[in-house]
This record gives sequence, C-alpha cells and structure tokens, in this order.
Amino acid sequence: MSDEVAIHASGLTRTFGAFTAVDHISFDVGAGEVFGFLGANGAGKTTAIRMLTGLLAPSAGEATVAGHDVYRETEAIKRDIGYMSQRFSLYDDLTVRENIRLYGGIYDLTDATIRERTQRILSRLGLQHVENTLVHAIPLGWKQKLALSVALLHEPRIVFLDEPTSGVDPITRRQFWELIYEASHGGTTVLVTTHYMDEAEYCDRVSIMVAGRIAAIGTPAELERTHGVESIDELFVQLARNDPNARGAAGGGGAAA
Amino acid sequence: MSALWGLLRKEMLHILRDRRTLVVLILMPIVEVLLFGFSIRTDVTDVRLAIVDPAPDAATLALRNRFAAGALFHTVAVLSRHDDLEPMFQTDAIQLAVEFPPNFARTLARGGAAQVHVITDATEPNSGTARQNYVAAVIDAYQQSLPAPTGSVRIVPSVRARFNPTLASSNLFVPGLLAFVLNIIAALMTALSLTREKETGTMEALLVSPLRPWQIIVGKVAPYLAIGFIGVLAVLVEASVVFHVPIRGSVTLLLAEGTLFILVALSIGILVSARTSSQRVAMMGAMLGTMLPTQMLSGFIFPIESMPRVLQWITLIVPARWFVTIARGIMLKGVGIGYLATETLVLAVMALVLLVASTRSFSVRLE
Amino acid sequence: MTTGPAAGAPVVQAQGLVKRFETTTALDGMTFEIGAGELFGFIGPDGGGKTTLFRILVTLLVPDAGSARVLGCDVVRDLWALRPRLGYMPGRFSLYPDLSVEENLGFFASVFGTTIAREYDRIAPIYSQLEPFKARRAGALSGGMKQKLALCCALVHRPEILFLDEPTTGVDALSRREFWELLGRLRSTGLTIVVSTPYMDEARRCDRVALVQRGRLMAIDTPEAIAAAFDRPLLALRVGERYRAIRALRDYENTNTVYPFGDVLHFTDRRTDASPETIARDAEAYLRGAGIEAVTAKPIPATIEDAFMARMGADDDAPGERGAA
Repeated sequence: MSDEVAIHASGLTRTFGAFTAVDHISFDVGAGEVFGFLGANGAGKTTAIRMLTGLLAPSAGEATVAGHDVYRETEAIKRDIGYMSQRFSLYDDLTVRENIRLYGGIYDLTDATIRERTQRILSRLGLQHVENTLVHAIPLGWKQKLALSVALLHEPRIVFLDEPTSGVDPITRRQFWELIYEASHGGTTVLVTTHYMDEAEYCDRVSIMVAGRIAAIGTPAELERTHGVESIDELFVQLARNDPNARGAAGGGGAAA
Repeated sequence: MSALWGLLRKEMLHILRDRRTLVVLILMPIVEVLLFGFSIRTDVTDVRLAIVDPAPDAATLALRNRFAAGALFHTVAVLSRHDDLEPMFQTDAIQLAVEFPPNFARTLARGGAAQVHVITDATEPNSGTARQNYVAAVIDAYQQSLPAPTGSVRIVPSVRARFNPTLASSNLFVPGLLAFVLNIIAALMTALSLTREKETGTMEALLVSPLRPWQIIVGKVAPYLAIGFIGVLAVLVEASVVFHVPIRGSVTLLLAEGTLFILVALSIGILVSARTSSQRVAMMGAMLGTMLPTQMLSGFIFPIESMPRVLQWITLIVPARWFVTIARGIMLKGVGIGYLATETLVLAVMALVLLVASTRSFSVRLE
Repeated sequence: MTTGPAAGAPVVQAQGLVKRFETTTALDGMTFEIGAGELFGFIGPDGGGKTTLFRILVTLLVPDAGSARVLGCDVVRDLWALRPRLGYMPGRFSLYPDLSVEENLGFFASVFGTTIAREYDRIAPIYSQLEPFKARRAGALSGGMKQKLALCCALVHRPEILFLDEPTTGVDALSRREFWELLGRLRSTGLTIVVSTPYMDEARRCDRVALVQRGRLMAIDTPEAIAAAFDRPLLALRVGERYRAIRALRDYENTNTVYPFGDVLHFTDRRTDASPETIARDAEAYLRGAGIEAVTAKPIPATIEDAFMARMGADDDAPGERGAA
C-alpha cells in the first residue's frame, strides 16, 4: 500500500429537497487499500457512492476519484473505476464469454487483450467448462466471482463493490474475498459495502455512516479498541441505534437507501 | 370489512394513486375519437356535378336550375346517356351525378313515385355522404315548392356510391370507434393489473390468503368497469356535441349495452393476464387480441358483407362486431332492445364464458 | 443426517420432498419435523432450495415427490383449509409500494375478514414502531421498516404458524438484530415460527436449525449441537498480514482448511491425531518461518459457519474450488 490517495472527499454533501442524504463527509482512501464502507439502510452509503462514481452531482463539498474531480471529470472517473453490485452486474442472457467480451468492448480494449484476459479469468476462476453457458444458468457464487473479474477487466485503479456477497455461500464468500485481496495486492483500490459484519473485519480500514455522516473511521482493530467493543458488529449496532433517519424511512425525494 | 370489499377498495386506491394513468384512461378515448373524427371529415364545397337527362322536361329543367343556382354544385356536364358518366368519374372530372329517368314530369304529375338516381364517388366516404345529403336537400326543397301533394311519396332519390358501396360517415364511424377505443383500453387495463401483481411479487401474498380466484377477478374487473362506464359516457357526449351524431334510441339502453361490451373487453384482459406472467407479454396479448380484430373484423372500417365467407364467419367471435351493430342500431336507427336481443345475448354469453374461463385458468398456486 | 427431537407435537412434517424445475433439482429429498412453538431456521446460501421449500409448505407449489403436512393439513389436498391458518412473508418484497403503511395492513386484514383495530393487541409490539409512519407509502420505507410491515401483514389474521422466507436478506446489521428480537418475542407467545436465512450468525437465535445446501438438508439439530459436531481441532490465527499468511498456509503440508474469519484465520490441520497444542505450535512456527509477523494461534470452539463449511467441503458436489480460500 503506498501513500498515494485514490479517493479524497472533503465536506461532500448531497441534499434532496429538505433531506440531507450525505452530510459533509470527509475521508481519504489510499491506493491499494481495501476500504469497508458501512452503514445502515438509509444512512447515505448509496448516495455517497453515486457521487464518487460520477453518477450524481454533489450539492456541496469536493471530492476527487483517481485524481479526477467529481464535478467536472466524470467521464475520466468512469474510465478509471470498475463497479459491481449485487443487483446488476452481468447480462443473464449472454454467455460467460460474451459477457467478458461485452465489457472489454465497452472499455475499448483490443481484441487481443480481451482474448488474453478472458483466458486468464476463466482459468483463475476454473470456469473454462462453462465459458459458453448462459450466465443465468451458473450458480450465484460463480456469477459473483465472475462479475468481480469483469469489473476488474479494464484494470481500473479503483473498484466499487456494492454488497457483492449478498446471499453467497460461506466458502464462495471467502473465495470472493481472496479475489479482493488479490486485486488490492496488485494495487487496485477497493471500496466495498456489506451487511456481513465479519467481512468488515477483512478490510484494511472501515467507515460507518450514520444519518449521512461518518460516525467512525479507522482500522477495525483501532475502532474496537477506541470504542471499547469486541467487534465491528457491536460498534455498528451501537452507532446505528442513534440514527433517527435510518430508523424510519429511506428519506425524502428519491433519496437512496 | 369483507374480503371482496377490501379488494375493491385496494384496487380503487391503486387507480386513484396513479393519477397519470387515470387521466390517460379517460382522456384517451375522447382524444382518439376527436382525432379520428377530424381526420376523416372533409368539408364539401364546389362539387363537380354531371346531370344525365335523356328527355328534358319542365320538372328536370327546374331541378337542374336549382342545382346550378347554389354555390355548392358546379355543373360540369349535362349528358343524355348514362354510359358517358363512367369515363368522367374515372378521370375525376366529376364527383357526383344526378340521373333523371325519361318521363320524369309526367310521372310526377300522375302522383307516382318519380325516381332520381344519385351516384357519388365515395372514395372518401365522408365527403360522399355529405354530397348525397346536399342533393337530397335540393330535391326536398324543390318538392316543397310544388303544389300540395296528391300522393304520399313523390320524388325518390335512389343513391348509389361508387368504389365503396357501404359508405362510412361520421354517423357510422362513431359507434365503431367507440367499440375500438373502449375495447383496447379495457382489455389492456385488466391484462396489466393482474400481471403487475405477479411481477412485483404481491401475488404470492394474495395467493396464500383465503381469497378465491373469483374474488380476485371480480376485484380486478369491477373498478375498471366503473372507469369504462365513464369513458362510454364521455365519448357519447363528445359524439353528439362535436360531431352531431344523433342518438335516436334510448340513451339508457345504449349505456347499458356499452357497459356490457366493456365487461366483455375487461374479461378478455383478465383471461390474458391469468395465463401470462409478465406485463410485457400480457400487453402484447391484449393488443393482438383486441386491436386487430376490432379494427379489421368488426365492420368498423371494412364492411362485413364484402368480406370473404371465411372472414365473415370469424367476425362472429369478435365482440366489437356485435357491439357496432348494437350501437349503430340504437344511435342511428333508434331501435329498441327487441331488435338487438341476439346481439345483446351474444355479448352476455361471451362475457360469461370469458369470466368463467379466466377463473378456471387462474392458478391458485405459483405454477 | 441427525434429526433432533421436535420440541412439541409436530406441526410441520415433511417426508422426502422433491421438486424439479426445467433444468435443476431444487429439492432433492427433504425430510424433517418442526414442533409446536419452535423457532426453526433453515440456514444456507441462495439457490439451496429454501424458497422452493417454503413455497411448498405454504401451498404455493406442489412437490414432484414426497408429502408435507402443516397443522395436520396436507399442503396439496387441504389447500383451502390450511391457507387461513398460516402466515407467510415471501422473500421478495410483497407489499403494495403505492399504498400507505396503514392501507397495506388494512388490506391484508380485510382479506382475512378482519380489521386492524380488532387484531391490534397481537400486532401492537411491531405496529407501534410503524405507527408514526402509517401515512407513508410502503415504497418509501427503509429496508428494515419494510420487513417489519411485511411481518405485521403476515401476522394480522392471527396465524397458527408463521413462515418467513429470508426476512433479513439485504437488511443492515442493526435492523436484522431488531427483527430477530421481534421474532423472539413472538416465539414467547407460543407461535411456531419457521424462518430461512443466508446469514449463518443468525442460526444461534433459533431453537433448532437445518443446514440447507443444494436441495438437501445437511444437518438438523440445535445450533449448539451442530457446532459441537465439528470434529477437528480448530485454531484461530491472528496474523499481521492476512493475505500473505493465507498464501503461505496454502503451501503448508499440514493445512486441511484455512479461511478468513472476522479479524482472524480459522485453520484446521490435516493430522487427525495431533493435539490442539501441537497443531498451534507447528502452525505458528511455520508462519514465522515464512516471514509472517505477529502470529498467535489459539484453539477455539467451532461456530455454525465452520460446521457449515466443513459439511459443504465434505459434499462431493460442492461448488467451485473446494476449500480454497
């Protein structure tokens, strides 16, 4: 891990009408770091990620992602990041190989590069035998590992993972985390959200959002020590109980959960 | 609160919450009738007229003068032989011909029925009708000017349209359009409302409840029947205010028949959605099942009598065909339920069969 | 497979349930009993057959083979007798997003011929948390609140048994905890509750659990008994650099399994005759030799998740690179 900063946010804010979804958050994520971005449903995680991926303009504050400004350089940001979520990542009606090809094409990779990386992904995941199988026919765990590899296909500097392991079996979940470590080892910065609190412990550092603000940030061991708790799970519950917004509704005008 | 009442209340809430769809549902028929109506209508002025008068006499000359007098007709030619008309129609030199028989004045004087042939070019059906109406008006006015009639009927215009023998007009198209628009909208609404619950997953919760299929179906159909009724009412008001289409028969009967017809259309939608699981498929099914048959096989645009025999048989299962007959009967001829018993019975049976079929094919499980 | 005794008289009895879809076998012969008043959990990953099983038990699907009785009713034949007596919360969000909290609940009450007011005492513990938002549309609620409303809707007709299919999936850790507290309270009223979840840590909230994997039940027992059945010494390795330590242990001749687990690594040894102390000493020594710093190893009791993974690994058809991570 170098001292280079991959994500920098300072006073980043987003309001929807009278509702403040993200309220002046400031943090840095170093290059190659695995950063756990935690928070209750409705605490503002998704809104923050949308701003950092250039999908949503902030209302105030500043942020750079891979050195690009989130207000003006959204196109450059999109080239330098990968994104994967539990809800959408691969096309169910395309084969494994076709999905990889498609994403290679989207990021303008040459045919030779796509071919070479397809081979690499298939053999790394042991999916050669299903390369021509439609994605909807392969097990969820394989699908999620494949989706991560596809998100990393264009060798982005930062990858955003939104609940990537939801519903996946415990062994595959760990295999998935090994892929995350591999990427991080190769210098890719990983920002990941999860509802599995044990996964929070796998991160280099975590932040916990409560009511649009960052209520805690640090390495898991640091946080447990300073807050006098046994686990991140305990800390999360302690902090989230104080959030009036997350207790009730997902907030005003189209605010994200 | 009973289960059925709870369902009805819930459906009404869905409909009222979705203001945009509600507005579309009620406005669409009105706007469509307006668009159709005005795109079909053509104003009639300066009609090119030919007169065939093989044996001119006082009566024919008087009538010919009346045609020449107004600004409406422009007499292009006066011929002595019927056969000379054909080339003039074909070259579009004339749009209308009035043909007097020989001994016209004598027949009139004897108090007999004197025939006048009126031949129009009905390629544009609406203008064709309008022209005929004007000719009838001219003849009528002449007749009024004659000394007090001795017999009952005197001049009898016999009308023949070329190219399009049945001749649709705004009077004729409104009943057809009524069927067309209501049918599609009604079928679409119910088709979507059931499949929407299947897609969002709420059907799973409905199914494990003690609700029976018939209750769910009645709960889905009844609210849209109310909306359909408002649609019928709106289109009828529009037809009579904007297009001056008469309603010669009972308005109550017409509304009742309209409601029956909507029930048939809603049942088609329910049947489609009971058998499909996605809104997309249901929408295509409902459109295919109603739009094409209603447009092509109801007699709304193409006269059923001129269809090949096989198609004529097929029209028997198209609900709109029966409703078009009913609506034209009540609106234009002013007939009562006695004359429309067959048609009404057919629609009622159709509704019943469709609803029973829907209830049966409505799965009480997820498969 | 071990089958523990049911707490009360059985209210759910399933015998050899099989269900196939076009290309897959969702249920591959499931047999179990659930006693009256039990809080029973089906634990396992997505795609294991939990949802199919629940749909059969609540009369929404017909099994291809085998049979099931719920509250003494056959789930296929006695459809209409059973439906009014059971409560079911589907895995997918099953409320009307355009209706308010109160309208949703009122609708489900009316479907069963009752009203919110009449059932208020039963749902009060949950509904009281929702009441401040009763005019809000269900679609605008947060994940945790949606689940609570769905639970209310499934309870409003006083069912004799409650089936909850993955009620906590995608819900944050706090909301999940609160949801389980509610289930605990419902259980104390004597209601039988059957619940499924992919979160292994939720197993300990249940009286008994069944581990579900690929259409089969790998074990049925109390959570404690399932964890206790883990038959190898288990070590927690605390290390400086987790990723490097895992890589290093891959090449260690005595490694049986190594998995990241919270802030430590869970390690089992290939040698079946070695004592936990020997295993710990050897593993520590190996890692230090591989240049990994700050290594401590200590024997720990297994969790349900360890037990689940051990059984998955033992399953010949286990997916992916078995025991790899």
